[in-house]
Amino acid sequence: MNNNYYNSEDLKKFGNISDFQKNLGEKFFDYYGEVFKDSELTAREKSLIALAVAHAVQCPYCIDAYSSDAYEKGWSEAQMMEAVHVACAIRGGASLVHGVQMMNKVKEIAM
Amino acid sequence: MKSLKAEHNILADGQEQLKILEHGQTGDFALIPFQQKLEQFDLYPLKSSQIEIFQVNIGKMCNQVCKHCHVDAGPDRKEIMTRETMQQCIDVLKVNPQLKVVDITGGAPELNVNFRWFAAEIKKLNRHVIVRCNLTIIVANKKYYYLPEFYKQHNLEVVSSLPFYTQDRTDRQRGNGVFEDSIKALKMLNAVGYGKNDTGLILNLVYNPAGAFLPPSQQSLEREYKQALMERYDIEFNNLFAITNLPISRFLDYLLQSGNYESYMEKLVNAYNPVAAANVMCRNTISIGWDGYLYDCDFNQMLELKVNCSSRHISEFNITQLNRREIVIGQHCYGCTAGAGSSCGGAVA
Repeated sequence: MNNNYYNSEDLKKFGNISDFQKNLGEKFFDYYGEVFKDSELTAREKSLIALAVAHAVQCPYCIDAYSSDAYEKGWSEAQMMEAVHVACAIRGGASLVHGVQMMNKVKEIAM
Repeated sequence: MKSLKAEHNILADGQEQLKILEHGQTGDFALIPFQQKLEQFDLYPLKSSQIEIFQVNIGKMCNQVCKHCHVDAGPDRKEIMTRETMQQCIDVLKVNPQLKVVDITGGAPELNVNFRWFAAEIKKLNRHVIVRCNLTIIVANKKYYYLPEFYKQHNLEVVSSLPFYTQDRTDRQRGNGVFEDSIKALKMLNAVGYGKNDTGLILNLVYNPAGAFLPPSQQSLEREYKQALMERYDIEFNNLFAITNLPISRFLDYLLQSGNYESYMEKLVNAYNPVAAANVMCRNTISIGWDGYLYDCDFNQMLELKVNCSSRHISEFNITQLNRREIVIGQHCYGCTAGAGSSCGGAVA
């Protein structure tokens, strides 16, 4: 067993997830493949969304995969960074908006 | 920027490139041999089907020095096809009507002083002629402004590299100012009718990745190119060909310098597609070098891998023998069989 929790080589083994539970693994990958196809949104647009979400969930495998994928699909460095900022703004905003709850509570108990 | 040859880089030598492709830069990196992959899918030996495309490289001289160029072309390359060799090509075309398409490439083929004569003579033989124009040559000097009219007069199909529809990616690969000049040239081609509906004047663009990755879907990319070029520059074209960069010459140099060589090769091997392998362009193409020697494709030409056939020079062209030949393969061939495949006409699967 490797001493690191994250190993970039493990990304290549993602498909092996089905080895321990074939049925659910296959259903997941079928679904995953379908999600990323050109449809109402293009595969290119979905790739940029995936990049932003990868940063929001802080998944190093997803960041590795979708940094390559988004760049390969033609997004520029600046566009990709803006997408990361969107993720950052939503994450930051999600914390900050809870400040309203804090304010409500303080106002409730303060003289 | 100079060519690898002018810099006396060892990668200017085809044999040195083949060594790296077989064993890696330090001799300890090897992937499954391409021959073995073909054998697994019953495609070995890879044989010519029937030659229909006669691709002629009329010289390595070019006004650009692109980072990915498999020809290692540039202003410092002096290898140019002579009129005598061109005449030999024409003589071969006269007696071999099955060679339906003539694909003129370089370098910048227009820099060969006999280019116009050669293209016009081939058209007299009633062949479909493709010219691989790098676009910037059209605006490089006033003496080349005639080119769009010349292409039109002879109804040549124009195939031009435009690695992306943004300046940044195009200039990174092809040099500063190339995108702007390419847009000017495309407008000049559109102005004479190229790429427009119902003119019959075909203008196809070529995408190739500006980095160590494979092309995305050709179909999706074509839609994006058409939309972006129309909205931003009012430019039209017919088809987009998405071409994979083969790991040879200057692109091999880039891969090695950037530390991407091994991962890129793994990517190509992992993306091997037997359908693409069955449709590789070398099966219906013959490639003629500037000095008249014959090759299975432009890539083998640059690696100095001549055809495996007794007919090895244009002066001894024998279509019956060449149609029966076994294609010379190597690890670089993975570049044509990855994903949707790659050829001079784009995806093949």
